[in-house]
Amino acid sequence: MIRLVPRDQTSAAWQIATPLLAVLATMIAGGLLFAIMGYDPLAAIRTIFWDPLFGPAAGYSRPQLLVKAAPLILIASGLAVGFRAGIWNIGAEGQYIIGGITGAAVALAAYPAEGMWIFPAMVLAGALGGWAWGMIPALLRNWFGASEILVSLMLVYVAQRVAAWMAFGPMKNPEGYGFPGSRNLQQYPAASNPELIAGTGAHWGVVAAAAAVLAIWFLMSRHIRGFHIRAAGLAPRAARFAGVRPETLVAFCLGLSGAFAGMAGLFEVAGPAGQITDKLGTGYGFTAIIVAFLGRLHPVGILLAGLLLALTYIGGELAQLTLQLPAATVQVFQGMLLFFLLGFDLLTRFRIARRIAA
Amino acid sequence: MIDPLSVFLLLLAAATPILFAALGELVVERAGVLNLGVEGMMITGALAGFAAAYVTGSPFAGFLAAALAGAAIAMLFAALTQILLANQVASGLALTLFGLGLAALFGKPLEGIKAPAMMPGPLRINWIVWLGLVMVPLVWWFLNRSRTGLILRGVGENHDAAHALGYPVHAIRIAAIGFGGAMAGVGGAFISIATVLQWTEGMTAGAGWIALAIVVFSNWTAPGVLAGAWLFGGVTVLQLRLQAAGIRVPVQLLSMAPYLATIIVLVLISARQKYSRRAGRAAPGSLGQNFHALR
Repeated sequence: MIRLVPRDQTSAAWQIATPLLAVLATMIAGGLLFAIMGYDPLAAIRTIFWDPLFGPAAGYSRPQLLVKAAPLILIASGLAVGFRAGIWNIGAEGQYIIGGITGAAVALAAYPAEGMWIFPAMVLAGALGGWAWGMIPALLRNWFGASEILVSLMLVYVAQRVAAWMAFGPMKNPEGYGFPGSRNLQQYPAASNPELIAGTGAHWGVVAAAAAVLAIWFLMSRHIRGFHIRAAGLAPRAARFAGVRPETLVAFCLGLSGAFAGMAGLFEVAGPAGQITDKLGTGYGFTAIIVAFLGRLHPVGILLAGLLLALTYIGGELAQLTLQLPAATVQVFQGMLLFFLLGFDLLTRFRIARRIAA
Repeated sequence: MIDPLSVFLLLLAAATPILFAALGELVVERAGVLNLGVEGMMITGALAGFAAAYVTGSPFAGFLAAALAGAAIAMLFAALTQILLANQVASGLALTLFGLGLAALFGKPLEGIKAPAMMPGPLRINWIVWLGLVMVPLVWWFLNRSRTGLILRGVGENHDAAHALGYPVHAIRIAAIGFGGAMAGVGGAFISIATVLQWTEGMTAGAGWIALAIVVFSNWTAPGVLAGAWLFGGVTVLQLRLQAAGIRVPVQLLSMAPYLATIIVLVLISARQKYSRRAGRAAPGSLGQNFHALR
């Protein structure tokens, strides 16, 4: 028999090894799933993980990597801070949607004005919108003790309906021949978020994601607030005795992750999506949770995990086209990845030892 | 004219999925486990139940399959949290994301098919609605009057003490998680087999999360769960009635009502648990914490 012995400190080697193991296990389990469904497992895995980067159509799909990774990394950076402190914002999807709406509102109000100020104002409005949406669960938890998990999640459904209302009502394009959806911001130069360097896919959201990774690294390893957050996550009672107010951390973490998610929403609406529709939320807010965990809540890890999950999105689309694989495959893959990661995590906290005979 | 009886019947139907899922989660949480995967288990049950009902032609076989499928997928969560000692919040989220994806993947061929008709039960009320109402006193009796229920509550209240007394903490929790999965599966299947009558992707639309909120609202009691489910059912029916009556409020705003009502109720009840000296928080003492015996 074997038994588990808790480690005094989490193993640094396993911290790095488990995400890699989880990816490998996901590929194997995914291959089995494809085989059961009647697809060639090797071809499917290659289409999802290899072809988007090095396949025949890579010239088109490679820039998409940054387009998809930017929102994931930006949102996950914010979420990771809260997860470190045991504050569970799982409503980033809602904050993303609201940020997209408030940011686009600035552009639609300014239309057809021209000016350098419009795009920065939109980014600010997007961040503020996401921040405000994130502050709702924060304040409800601080004032009344309501679970931020449930409130933030409920607000995703509310936000989806706000988006639908906007697309069919107040923000509907007056020149859209009655079709739902706002004006297309890609056709409004002062408000659009174009590709900055042709062929790379890099738009302002990519710049913001890179800045967010740096900011989070600085916050968590060089700033006293980051120290408080880590302390509160590891030893809540000790942190309270040291004068860390849990209320402040709740407001800070939910506000920060909300603002990041809101910005991500705005960059998407002004860039790749182009307009407010009822399909504004595409699940980035939920996938970002997986990115945060897979990246070990560490800035560098989040960067890599964001790129990997972006790859699964693009590879999934490619597999849909070439192998007629259903769209939901990617979702299953992402879910499996999180399962395997959480399972293998055992190895970072426990040592496996032979049970000594009595 | 709105007929109060027909409104009550609609309310009962609207409350049933949430009632099943929340009763299951109640038992899970009383055993000290927080399973945030209710939504994933419900959608799994909705799909498995619909598929089985369509293949066999029998809605009851569908509900049985839904219970089995819900329990089966819950075992993934049980393995992660009870054997591999993974964080419960993260594992529950993983279960929800995985369940939604899996159901979407395997549900594609079933889109657009109609569910087989179901024979109504006594008083022309669906059998499963009756079953849900019967489950409330059963769960109450199990938790408060049976010996096994007492042990289960002991495990949830203080797993170290329960372990010291010789009770198998992990086995009891795994059994509770399985029960919760089966109940969530039946609740999900009620939506696909008895309410919507077909399969659509993401059709549970947050019902699992509302069930989680209702467990908090219930103060971890079975009658409280019934009250919460009916309250939710009432809001849903009212909202649909207002839509049908053509009130001058956009449909999208009206359909927010169940989610907003859940938040409001959650806030009110949390505030009472936080500030009232008498009420006190009834959450199980070991809720959400993993247990690992050193010897």
